Amino acid sequence: MNKVTMQLETLSCPTCIKKIEGALTKTDGVESAKLLFNASKAKAEYDPEKVTSAELKSVVENLGYEVLKVKEA
Amino acid sequence: MIRFIFKQENKITLIAFILIAAGLILRFLNYTDAGNAALIGATIIAMLPIGIKAYQAIRMKLFSIELLVTIAVIGALFIGEYVESSIVTFLFLFGSYLEARTLERTRSSIKELTEMAPQEANLILADGSREVIDVDDVEIGNRIAILPGGMIPVDGKVLSGEAEVNEAAVSGESIPVSKMNGDQVLSGTILDSGYLEIEAEKVGDDTTFSKIIELVEEAQDSKSNAERFLDRFAQYYTPGVLVLSVIVWLITRDIHLAITFLVIACPGALVIGAPVSNVAGIGNGAKNGSLIKGGEVIEKLSKVDTLVFDKTGTLTKGRPEVTDFKVFEGDAIELAGLIGKLETASEHHLGRAVVEYAEEIADLSAYTMQQASGVKGRGIEGDINNRSIVAGNRKMLVENGIDIPDNIEAYALEREKKGNTTVFAAVDSKITVVISIADKIRDDAKEALETMRNNGIKHIVMLTGDNRHTAAAVAAELGIDEVHAELLPEDKVSHVKRLKEAGRIISMAGDGINDAPAIATADVGLAMGKGGTDISMETADVVLMADKLSQYAHALSLSKGTMRNMKQNIIIALVTVALLLVGVLLGGVNLAIGMFAHEASVLIVILNAMRLMKFKP
Repeated sequence: MNKVTMQLETLSCPTCIKKIEGALTKTDGVESAKLLFNASKAKAEYDPEKVTSAELKSVVENLGYEVLKVKEA
Repeated sequence: MIRFIFKQENKITLIAFILIAAGLILRFLNYTDAGNAALIGATIIAMLPIGIKAYQAIRMKLFSIELLVTIAVIGALFIGEYVESSIVTFLFLFGSYLEARTLERTRSSIKELTEMAPQEANLILADGSREVIDVDDVEIGNRIAILPGGMIPVDGKVLSGEAEVNEAAVSGESIPVSKMNGDQVLSGTILDSGYLEIEAEKVGDDTTFSKIIELVEEAQDSKSNAERFLDRFAQYYTPGVLVLSVIVWLITRDIHLAITFLVIACPGALVIGAPVSNVAGIGNGAKNGSLIKGGEVIEKLSKVDTLVFDKTGTLTKGRPEVTDFKVFEGDAIELAGLIGKLETASEHHLGRAVVEYAEEIADLSAYTMQQASGVKGRGIEGDINNRSIVAGNRKMLVENGIDIPDNIEAYALEREKKGNTTVFAAVDSKITVVISIADKIRDDAKEALETMRNNGIKHIVMLTGDNRHTAAAVAAELGIDEVHAELLPEDKVSHVKRLKEAGRIISMAGDGINDAPAIATADVGLAMGKGGTDISMETADVVLMADKLSQYAHALSLSKGTMRNMKQNIIIALVTVALLLVGVLLGGVNLAIGMFAHEASVLIVILNAMRLMKFKP
């Protein structure tokens, strides 16, 4: 199980939380996803055999949010 | 495409504004059709980002405010209210823009923290030359050079050099701390003057500084019960508003009234009011050296009526110091030199306290040690400057055949009753000095406890593993209500449980591993960050970064201030909705005024929360 932290553009609408969390969680291979609204960060745990961090980045981008930095741990 | 639209939101807002102005002028000049066209254009362009967000949310089965606005605007277009439809969409976008800007301010404290994070490091290569590298590339074991004004990039140990370091970023305390060989240095702290070479021990996300940032980030997003309630409330409230406005339409057959109702009932200020207070409150705490882990902790902390303290390291400094050096015969400076020199051979923590004291008043290098041997649980003896010195407890004296005169024994007993440990020192078999050593009470303890009492604390308890005498002495000095001494870690837990069962709301503060279970049991657990261990910091709900009890007092009144602020915000939100509702029923409040009041109330709650950033007890 890999972990990824994405720094997003500044989030201002509370509904973004559920939108982004929901979209990530629904992605195949993602175990859990959490959005830190105030820090504007998305964290996800995923199975590296099913999905890559670059794919997760594009999931967020397709919702219309800028991803500034991706950090894998 | 979607990203493009979101990115252009500010421009879209501006275009909508220009179109609205043009439309209104055209209509005023009686070019009604052209004016309406401009207004419809403004509505459509402004609806793009709003509609997309509403659609995205509905796909996640979420009823968002955007959805209410979208329906209202479509309704307004349908009945030909182009002025209102365009003004509502414009106000909504403009309001969101202001919201984002002000929200950013409430988050500024955490942003300041992350901006303080070190970016690069001066790596020392094998041949002694230096290379500047990215802080993420530093590896454990690397040698790093730190120059004056430079930031320490990683956690590590000083290998060489001497410096004054400002640790404000971590401890909130800006008085420089001196660092030399063997001392620990922390990432994010700044070298005031001097030069250091350190060995990296913790890098990347493992440094204390990174962990603090992560804790604060998580804290600002962990929700209080009130927030969770409001979240759930909003989940039902928003679709509820939709249903109600349909009912209003069915009864009155007035679409205009129904869509106005839809807009004024938007739950904006209600949803944002509570979290924004928490974010500002937690940010204020972090800046002042108390890390509060989330909205729930703030809520609980504000209700605490009983404080439980560990003694050693929490109420006291946690390291013994000489409190008195009583000379019965001879010269104080010479005696300090002789005894201090002898104690340099000791590994006991009392011995270290004596050395620290002696170094301050005498020059130990002027004394030479011929021989020294420590006796476990007794003391130490040896020859300094060719004189025979014995330092230790009563047993040590007896074993060396030294008598304790009555007056000296009486003095020692009196010191011991005051919570000191005594060390007798004899020169050439004659007792000349009694050294009192105690773990001193923290300088700010008394004042902090008093402040907290004035702030609603009814009962203060001290739990300690130390002996009864010492415990009683500390309790008396600080005016503590209830004391339990000679406890094991599990005894501390059962005392906390007992107090909880008596209906008290407990906040437990401690520092060591032995306190971690009690910290976890209490309603609110508090750990000392600097002298504390990782375990107690992780179990704790609040961490005091500079180990100052005044930070505890600050956190306590901050929690009350934050709760007050949150309640004000909820009231502002509810009153706005209520007033608008009355306004609609009595007539006079249309769609545009409703949207304006709605956005204004959102801004007011954010501005109200921003007051917390400057909160001082």
